Amino acid sequence: MSTETLEKPIEKKPAEPLFSKRRKKYINDPLSSDNPITIQVLGICSALAVTTQMRPTLIMAISVTLVIVFSNLLISSIRNLVPSRVRIIVQLAIVATFVTLVSEVLKAYQYDMYKQLSVFVGLIITNCIVMGRLEAFAMGNKPWDSVLDGLGSGLGYSWIILAVAFFRELLGSGNVFGWPVFDAIGLSGFPTNSLMVTPVGAFFILGIIIWVQRTKSGYIER
Amino acid sequence: MELFNLGIKSIFIDNMVFAYFLGMCSFLAVSKKVSTAVGLGAAVIFVLTITMPVNWFLSNYVLSEGALSWVSESFATIDLSFLSFIMFIAVIAAIVQLVEMLIEKLSPSLYGSLGIFLPLIAVNCAILGGALWMDERDYGLAESVVFAVGSGIGWMLAIVALAAIREKLKYSHVPDGLKGLGITMFLTGLMGIAFMSFMGIQL
Repeated sequence: MSTETLEKPIEKKPAEPLFSKRRKKYINDPLSSDNPITIQVLGICSALAVTTQMRPTLIMAISVTLVIVFSNLLISSIRNLVPSRVRIIVQLAIVATFVTLVSEVLKAYQYDMYKQLSVFVGLIITNCIVMGRLEAFAMGNKPWDSVLDGLGSGLGYSWIILAVAFFRELLGSGNVFGWPVFDAIGLSGFPTNSLMVTPVGAFFILGIIIWVQRTKSGYIER
Repeated sequence: MELFNLGIKSIFIDNMVFAYFLGMCSFLAVSKKVSTAVGLGAAVIFVLTITMPVNWFLSNYVLSEGALSWVSESFATIDLSFLSFIMFIAVIAAIVQLVEMLIEKLSPSLYGSLGIFLPLIAVNCAILGGALWMDERDYGLAESVVFAVGSGIGWMLAIVALAAIREKLKYSHVPDGLKGLGITMFLTGLMGIAFMSFMGIQL
């Protein structure tokens, strides 16, 4: 958010390198100090719902990142043509188009994962991170900056949900990517906690991750 | 009787928040005061109840395979279900816009307190999620209305309960890193355990 104010004086320069310091910030900030899930509290639904196992989570992370990047790019290229009264509908239509593309691709190449994610592929449309980035960033910035910003937010989202999924799958069923970890290291009797597979476990794991992440980045709410 | 069972099931057992995590964004962001939570909950029930039948008609008479056969026999093979995301979200966004105008006219105080969250109902996953579940589970018209009302009530129940707890929470000492979102996640988890007790009920 604070990056927008820095922009004006630098923009005058004719040729800015593609990965200047200012632009690297767009990718680095959402990974830590401005993380979409733990700091901005966006996109929680899917962070909890799909994270029972690593594989669907990875698919979800890739899908969301792609949707954010491309819809950011498209919206920021047409940002001056869209009247502000209808912008939400335009944004939703564009996001829905990309989500439809992603879902058709998944249906064709990853059908079992598509079935497992079920409605949550469609719910990428209402993922608050996507709408939030479009509204807060892509509507007021140039396409390349928006792509980087989308990529940053997508990666920030991805590493948090992968972390949640890692602990849920490990503690809930003793596997990582379906590979039995505890058996492999000779702890085959290690007790698994089926609470982790249920929604409740997701809330607790995400709560703990938020706690750790916020303590590390020194962010305190209110 | 089956409809009644479906209603009870969608309120308690398949609760939108605790079983499917739908509508978490506004659930976490607007649950600081009970009065605002009640307003938003009512708005969600209202929007769900209106959009669900509309989306049901759209899905059954326009989008799904063979649905267009009422136009002419030659349309019977058309399958437009890949358009369902776009159509559903367009219907929802349009109806939310209408509701926004209506509330602004009828109750300016509610409009003021809901503030920016009213347009956010359009991107509340509970609404779109409801429509997608309806589509995936092949509900009939009556079932989908009952499902909409039930899951709306379930969502409202959850957000009002959380808001009540968070109002009390103001007077307790929470570690710095847990303030706000962190402790709310734990609260929701504990409430989820309470709601798990409904899981054993066979309807």
